[in-house]
Amino acid sequence: MTNTASPSTGKVTGIIANLAIIKVDGPVAQNEVCYIQHKDTPLMAEVIKIRAGHAYAQVFESTRGLKVGTPVAFQSHLLEATLGPGILSRNYDGLMHDLGTMDGIFLKRGDYTAALDKERLWQFTPLAEPGAQVQTGDWLGEVRENAVPHRIMVPFKLEGSYTLKSIVAAGEYKVEDTVAVLTSEAGREIKVTMSQEWPVKQAVRAYVEKPRPSKLLETGVRTIDTLNPIVEGGTGFIPGPFGSGKTVLQQAISRQADADVVIVAACGERANEVVELFKEFPELEDPWHPGRKLMERTVIIANTSNMPVAAREASVYTAMTIAEYYRSMGLKVLLLADSTSRWAQALREMSNRMEELPGPDAFPMDLSAIISNFYSRAGIVNLRNGHSGSITFIGTVSPAGGNLKEPVTESTRKAARCFYALSQQRADSKRYPAIDPIDSYSKYLEYPELQQYLAEAIAPDWVDKVGRLKNILLRGKEAADQINILGDDGVTVDYHLTFWKSEVVDAVILQQDAFDEIDSRTPLARQKYMADTVLDICELQFQFDSFEGVNPFFKRVINQMKQMNYSEFESEQFRSFEAGLKEILAERKTD
Amino acid sequence: METQAFQRVYTKIEQLTKATCTLRAQDVGNEELALVHGRLAQVVKIMGDEVTLQVFSGTEGIPTNAEVVFYGKPPVLNVSDDLAGRFFDAFGRPIDGGPEVQGEEREIGGPSVNPVRREQPSEIITTGIAGIDLNNTLVTGQKIPFFADPDQPYNQVMAMVALRAEADKIILGGMGLTNDDYLFYKQVFENAGAMHRIVSFVNTTENPPVERLLVPDMALTAAEYFAIDKNEKVLVLLTDMTLYADALSIVSNRMDQIPSKDSMPGSLYSDLAKLYEKAVQFEAGGSITIIAVTTLSSGDITHAVPDNTGYITEGQLFLRRDTEIGKVIVDPFRSLSRLKQLVIGKKTRTDHPQVMNAAIRLYADAANARTKLENGFDLTDYDERTLEFAKAYSNNLLAIDVNIDTTEMLNTAWNLFAKNFSKAEVGIKQEFVDQYWVNA
Repeated sequence: MTNTASPSTGKVTGIIANLAIIKVDGPVAQNEVCYIQHKDTPLMAEVIKIRAGHAYAQVFESTRGLKVGTPVAFQSHLLEATLGPGILSRNYDGLMHDLGTMDGIFLKRGDYTAALDKERLWQFTPLAEPGAQVQTGDWLGEVRENAVPHRIMVPFKLEGSYTLKSIVAAGEYKVEDTVAVLTSEAGREIKVTMSQEWPVKQAVRAYVEKPRPSKLLETGVRTIDTLNPIVEGGTGFIPGPFGSGKTVLQQAISRQADADVVIVAACGERANEVVELFKEFPELEDPWHPGRKLMERTVIIANTSNMPVAAREASVYTAMTIAEYYRSMGLKVLLLADSTSRWAQALREMSNRMEELPGPDAFPMDLSAIISNFYSRAGIVNLRNGHSGSITFIGTVSPAGGNLKEPVTESTRKAARCFYALSQQRADSKRYPAIDPIDSYSKYLEYPELQQYLAEAIAPDWVDKVGRLKNILLRGKEAADQINILGDDGVTVDYHLTFWKSEVVDAVILQQDAFDEIDSRTPLARQKYMADTVLDICELQFQFDSFEGVNPFFKRVINQMKQMNYSEFESEQFRSFEAGLKEILAERKTD
Repeated sequence: METQAFQRVYTKIEQLTKATCTLRAQDVGNEELALVHGRLAQVVKIMGDEVTLQVFSGTEGIPTNAEVVFYGKPPVLNVSDDLAGRFFDAFGRPIDGGPEVQGEEREIGGPSVNPVRREQPSEIITTGIAGIDLNNTLVTGQKIPFFADPDQPYNQVMAMVALRAEADKIILGGMGLTNDDYLFYKQVFENAGAMHRIVSFVNTTENPPVERLLVPDMALTAAEYFAIDKNEKVLVLLTDMTLYADALSIVSNRMDQIPSKDSMPGSLYSDLAKLYEKAVQFEAGGSITIIAVTTLSSGDITHAVPDNTGYITEGQLFLRRDTEIGKVIVDPFRSLSRLKQLVIGKKTRTDHPQVMNAAIRLYADAANARTKLENGFDLTDYDERTLEFAKAYSNNLLAIDVNIDTTEMLNTAWNLFAKNFSKAEVGIKQEFVDQYWVNA
C-alpha cells in the first residue's frame, strides 16, 4: 500500500446506519482509511468491503445528517497507530485520538486530536553508532518517558537491512525531528524521527523468536498467583456473567501486576469504570516502583459503550499495537481488554449490516479465527539485541446470559491458555474474587519451564503444594455434596472436617478483599507463607465428638486467619493473630 | 415543527411496508425527520436517490400518492425552564393542554460525553430504604434498573425513591405505560407537591409502540439541559425498558435484519448503552442519574434484555416478596450497586462495608438452613440462630417500608448481630468489633 501516486476520491451513494457506500474514482484497498467530508466535519471511516466499483465503509462516527453526494478522500493507508514517546499516561479513544486535548464536554464528530505532543522536547540519548548495520525494530536511541526507558527504533515498516549513516548527538528533540538517517542497500536515504506509524491490524514482527513463556507474572491476587498462575507473555481470559466481578478483578490486576507498562483497553464498557482509572491512577502508587504513580506506566484506550461501535473493534487492535511497540523496547507489557465480547458484537453488527450469512448466534463465521489471531499477538519475544520483552494479555468475556457455551467464550477458550471462570454462585455469596477454583485452569502450570521457575523462585515443592490445595478444594466440594444429600448427621465427622478444611482454603487463600489496602495485594512471599499455614492446618488431626462442634471451631479459625490477611505481613498485629490461631488449633488438635 | 415554504413536497411513494415507506428524493440527510401523510417519520436508509423512512405510527392507510415533506433536521426538543411541571408525548408535544414550550432547539440523541470530562460519582443518594441504602447504595451519576416481574410494585418503589432522593429535577420517561400507571405517577407527584420538579415524556399503551423509541432520548435531552446548563441534580426514571427493547425488535424485524438472541436486534447492547451511558456526574456539580425498570418474564434474567442491561448498568435491584414476614423486600443476594464502593465507609460510617457483607453472609447461611429444613434435616443451634436473625433482618432492614438513616441501619445490624451470634461468627475486622459490638 505504499507510494500510491495520488489517493483516490469518491462520493457517498448510500447510507445505512454507520455503513456508508461510496463510489470510488480510482484504486482503493480493503481496510483503507477514508474521510467523508460532511459539511465542515471530516468523518473517519474504514473500507470493509468493495463491490462493483463501490467501497463499503464503516464510519467511526454517527452518520446523522449525512447525504448522498458527499465527497470522500481516501488516505492510501490502513488504520494506523502513531507510535512514539509520550504515549504513557495518556487517555486515547479507540482510534488513538487524545481524549485529553479534545474541546468541550461532549465528543464532537471529527475532533481528531493528535496522539503525541509534537511540541514537547525529549532528552534523547543515542544507543547506536554511525556505520552500524540495523534492521527493523533495532534500537537507535533512548528517551526517558516517565522513568521508562523508551527506545527509539528503526521503524517497523522498514524491511531489509540498513546502514546507520548518521545519528544526532544527545540533546533535546521533538517527536517529529529527524534523529537518524539510514541508508538502504540500494543506497536510498531514509530519515528516522522519534515517531512512526503502524497498521493496527497487522502484528509487529520485529523480533527473532517467540520462546515458550517460563516466568510467573505476579498479580498479587492469591487465587491467580497461587492456584492458577499466569506467566510473562501468557494469555488468559475471564468469562463471567454480569455482577460476578470481572471489572473489579481486572482493575486489581492492572494496579498490582508486576509490569513495566500496563495498557487498559476499555472496549464497549461503562464510562464510569474508565473514569475510576482516570481519577485514581494518577493518585495511586506503583507498587513495583516506589515513588511513582500508577498512571506513569499506564495507557488507557477508552471506547466506552456509548462511543461509536465501529471504533470498538479498532480499540483492541490499537491497544495491541501499542503493546507490541513497548515490547520491542524490551519491556514487560501487560494488556487488559474489557470486554472482548463487545468487540465481537461490533463485528456482528457490521456483518449484519453488510448482509453476510451469519454463523452461530448471528456472529460472523470467522469470529473464532479473528479471536485466536488476536491472542496470538501476545507472547514473550527475544529481540535481535539479546534483550527480551513480553506482552501478557488478559481479556474479559461477557457471555450472553452467563452461558459459557456461546461463540465468543468458546472461541476464546481455544485461544487463551489461562481460564478464570467467574462463578455466579460464588459472587452471590460474596466470595470474591469469584474465580471458580475447580473449573478454572492455567495450562502454564504444566509447563516444565514454569515448574522449574516456581521451584527456584518460591519453593522446591511449590507445584506439589498447589496440587494439594486444589485437591483439598475438590474433596471439600465432594464432602459438601454428600452432606447435602445425607444430612449433617448422616455422615461421619470426617466429612465435616474435610468440608471445613476446604472452607479454610477458600476463605484464606481464594477470597480476597479488593477494597482493603492490605488484603488487596498479596506479594508472593506472603502467599507462600499463608499457603504453608493453611496446608499445615489441613494436615492436622482434630478431635470432635460430634459434627456440631466443627462449624463453630472452624469459623473461629477462619476469622482469625482473615484478621491475619487484613494485617500488615509479619507485623506485631499479624503475629498476635497468628498466636491466637495456634491457641485455637491447640484446643482440638490431636497427635 | 411547522413545515416551511421552500420545502419540496414529494407525492410518489414507491414502496410501503408495515412500518416503512420508500420514495425517490434528493438532498436528504440520514436520520432526518419527515411528515408522511401527516404522520412523523424518520430517514433510516438512503441508497442513491432512494430514501427509506420509518413511519412511527405505522403505515396503515397511507396511499402511494401521500404527501411527504422533509424537515431537514433530526428530531429536536425545545429546552428551557418552562419544561418543568409539564407532560409531553414521545415527540415532545404537550399532552397536558398547556402551550408549546419556547426555548432553544436541541437535537435529541446527541453525542456522548468525553469520558475524561466526567467526574467520578461520589455523592450518595439516600432513600431511607435499607435494602438500598445499606446493601446497594446509590450514587449520583449512576444508572441502575429494577429487575422486576410485572406483578411487583416497581412503579410504587420507583416513585418513592424519586421523591426521597432530593433531586432538583425528576424526569419521567414512560414507555408503554398503562394509562393507570401514568395517572398513578401524576397523582403521586402532585400529592407530594413536587410538580414543579417534574418533567414527563409519556408514551402510553394507547400510542403506537414504535413512537416509544423517541421517549428516552427526549427525556435525556431534557436531563442534559438541566444537568449541564443549570448544574442541577437530575434523576431520570425510565419505565419500562423491556417495552422499549420490544419496539427496537419490531423495527429491526421490519428492516429485514437478522435477529440475534431472543429475536432482539444484534445491536441491542449498543442501543441500550447509548441511553444508559447518558448517566453522568459533571465537574460543575450537575449530574444525571438513571433509575429504570426492566420487566422480566417470570424472573428470567438470561433473556437478552435484562442480560444486556446488566452488562451496561451499574448494578440492578431485585424486589421479592419474603413469605416469612409477608412483605416486599429488596433481595440482598441478587441486587447489586456497583458504585456503592465509592461512598460506603467514606460518606457513611466506616464500618458500613463490613457490616453489610457480614449481614448478607449470615442471611445466606439462613437460606442454607432453610433448605436443610425443607429437606427434612435437623437444624443445628447455629442454623436456628441464623433463621432467627434472617427474620429480624428482613423485617427491620430489607423491607421496602423501612425509612431510617444509614447510621441507624448500621446500629440496627449490630444489634441483630449481638442478639444472635458470637463475635467470631460475625467475622468482622477487629477494630470495628471493638468499637460497635453491642454488649448485652
